[in-house]
Amino acid sequence: MSRTIRIECLRYHPETDAAPRFQTYAVPFSDDMSVLQGLQYIKDYLDGSLTFRWSCRMAICGSCGQMVNGVPALGCETFLRDYYPGTVRVEPLNHFPIVRDLAIDQTDFLAKLESVKPWIINEKDSPSEKTHVQTPGQMEEYYQYSKCINCLLCYAACPQYGLNSAFTGPAALALLHRYNADSRDEGKSERMQVVNAEDGVWGCTLVGYCSEVCPKDVDPARAVNQNKINSARDYFLRFLRK
Amino acid sequence: MRAYQRPMAGWWRRNPYYLRYMLREASCVFITAYAFVLLAGLWRLAQGKAPFERWLEGLAHPLPIAFHAAAALLVLYHAWTWFKVMPKTLPRVPVPDAAIVAAGLAASAVLSAAMLWAML
Repeated sequence: MSRTIRIECLRYHPETDAAPRFQTYAVPFSDDMSVLQGLQYIKDYLDGSLTFRWSCRMAICGSCGQMVNGVPALGCETFLRDYYPGTVRVEPLNHFPIVRDLAIDQTDFLAKLESVKPWIINEKDSPSEKTHVQTPGQMEEYYQYSKCINCLLCYAACPQYGLNSAFTGPAALALLHRYNADSRDEGKSERMQVVNAEDGVWGCTLVGYCSEVCPKDVDPARAVNQNKINSARDYFLRFLRK
Repeated sequence: MRAYQRPMAGWWRRNPYYLRYMLREASCVFITAYAFVLLAGLWRLAQGKAPFERWLEGLAHPLPIAFHAAAALLVLYHAWTWFKVMPKTLPRVPVPDAAIVAAGLAASAVLSAAMLWAML
């Protein structure tokens, strides 16, 4: 721990603060220390009142998403050494209400996640009855979208969500596509209502930053825009069927 | 629970990525304006040789030339960004993204060159 870096944290304690403020800490660090470890150092040795979420420390749980120098990132896979000798500015994820310090309110996303029915809908059979056979090609259709860890970096990257929080948003739509594209699933018609809605895929203007910041290479922008084709097809086919 | 919602004002200035996105969107304004200038030329052409020549003369001034230069640069930028996101908007095809982008840009360059050649 030969070097010391300045970490500037956004602080907000609703019981005392009318608005967020910044507080700077001098944190000694080694080359292998992540921004998350920097925050843990602050919590353990400098200021026990700092609040932030974390769990796995290995980009699996999706808990430690935050803005690092204005860019949505997982604190656990962002390293202090890359910012030295500059200052690291850590803020809660953009576009979400701040509950306390770096912790945001995820309620809105959880409701959206539930609305896309992120599970395999198949009334005819259950896994206990027979094995679901799937070719590598069929698996490839959805596999990349199944890697989403709900870290919400894509929502923090999406200005459309920031401007209109009714927009279903990148991760929920990517997960919707993950199940719609699964050969075992038969729930597409139920999910198309979410896709076709005013705040469904058409709320996206293809800024594309969601896919840039995704730590798991999910490419939500692709999932959303694939479903613009599906939505248009669904609309015209419904029109023709009448 | 009293949560704090940060304002969005000035969001597009906070990140170069957003700035590039806004430039992409704003380029449409210039492209639309250029289309109207071109339509005006067509309208003047329909009126006869003299009105068309007057329209041409009107364009040979520093301000219209600067506008056309800006519009041309923005069309190029728009084309670049358009082809860059094209793979995300296509149904799944067994071709790498980079090949789709390269094919789009190459086709655009060839067609532009062909049109230029036909005009000159």
